[in-house]
Amino acid sequence: MNWMNILYPVLGLGGLGLLFGGCLGFAGKIFRVEEDPKEAEILSTLPGANCGGCGYPGCAGCAAAIAKGDAPVNACPVGGAPVAEKIAAILGVSAEEGEAVTAFVHCSGTCEKANQSYDYCGISDCEMAVQLAGKGPKSCSFGCLGMGSCVKACPFGAIHIENGIAKVDSSLCRACGKCVAVCPKHLITLVPVSKKVRVGCSSLKSGKEVLSVCKAGCIGCGICEKTCPFDAIHVVDHLAVIDYTKCKNCGLCANKCPKGVLTGKKPLPKKEPAPETDTPA
Amino acid sequence: MNLFLLLLAGIFVNNYVLSQFLGICPFLGVSKKIETAAGMGIAVIFVIVLASAASWAVYHLLLVPLKMEYLYNIAFILVIASLVQFVEMFLKKSMPALYQALGVFLPLITTNCAVLGVAVVNMQKDYSLIESVVNGFGGACGFALAIVLFAGIRERIAENDIPKAFQGYPLALITAGLMSIAFLGFSGLIQV
Repeated sequence: MNWMNILYPVLGLGGLGLLFGGCLGFAGKIFRVEEDPKEAEILSTLPGANCGGCGYPGCAGCAAAIAKGDAPVNACPVGGAPVAEKIAAILGVSAEEGEAVTAFVHCSGTCEKANQSYDYCGISDCEMAVQLAGKGPKSCSFGCLGMGSCVKACPFGAIHIENGIAKVDSSLCRACGKCVAVCPKHLITLVPVSKKVRVGCSSLKSGKEVLSVCKAGCIGCGICEKTCPFDAIHVVDHLAVIDYTKCKNCGLCANKCPKGVLTGKKPLPKKEPAPETDTPA
Repeated sequence: MNLFLLLLAGIFVNNYVLSQFLGICPFLGVSKKIETAAGMGIAVIFVIVLASAASWAVYHLLLVPLKMEYLYNIAFILVIASLVQFVEMFLKKSMPALYQALGVFLPLITTNCAVLGVAVVNMQKDYSLIESVVNGFGGACGFALAIVLFAGIRERIAENDIPKAFQGYPLALITAGLMSIAFLGFSGLIQV
């Protein structure tokens, strides 16, 4: 009766498997959770890289948040506008223009404008240089060291070192945020592409101290604050900070800034031309 | 066998994670926060207790009468996988927050060798149904205790300035090793 030795185990385990399968199927009906069918559709439109760039745990988390309305249709920074349009079509909302963002380096202290305290001859890496005295060779402890850690981190080749400081080419920038994370001085943030007025300085030192180390630093004079008709720019800790929900892109503050720290100047016919124009994109 | 001693032995002396090195994957994976670690611990307690009872029933009522004890591994895995599926459905329905927090580690309880380890130990030591469940409960409580303690330590470590070479898993593994040495102090307390 050799075949019985095979038959019993097959029947036994097979029966057990069927029994459990049946139980699970039954339990599946009892514990059914109504999933939004839109969620699956949204998930299929998302890039599926599970990069976490949106701040949710993977694309599934992002899709769930969008379907629930917790996240905007353009929550996926990688997919950008095309994906946002598709998701908007699924949800039946008008594809509101996604606020595209780009990385921006908040420092204008180029070689000729910012002082150096000493020469640095080590490895060309910001992470290394920042561990030295005064947070690197630059006299301003807040300034961009220009060693290019962000350049190495950028997967899209959008950052270059120009004249000693990092500059972002916003046409190439996909706002993935890798440079934001890598900069040891936390100089890079994501700012709306449409808003041309940006603060090209991160120094929290008082005006006198800033003046002693850099010709292009925010001295916290407050002229921009007084100029702004929309209450969008304020000096906090000796540094101008723009509230982009209020900023109307008029550029008045940039025209008035005595240090040329603010980008996005607008040539106004009646005003006299600004002394210096540096506009890192 | 005194059931209370069996329980204590499961929690401290024969701690499945720190003395027998079973179930290391969730121990390291879900121990970054105390809340999720506690959630994982509770899920594992639930699964192990049910699995102990179910595997005892399958072994003594199905495998022994049919003289196919040699298939215990496959049968136990089947039982555990079904149970984990059930727990997953149950949590998704009744505790979505915990379900989200546990994430991929919930299905991974299926391959948590502590669960299979408990079932196999129950079988090898020929425990009765009550003893199996108590042993399973003790072992699972030991797992939960270890993972919650570990998560507490890791939460505190995370606040500190750690050399880059030690950040993350290296330091977690060293911590786990030190905890294991500490739990070695319980060995010989109870002979089981």
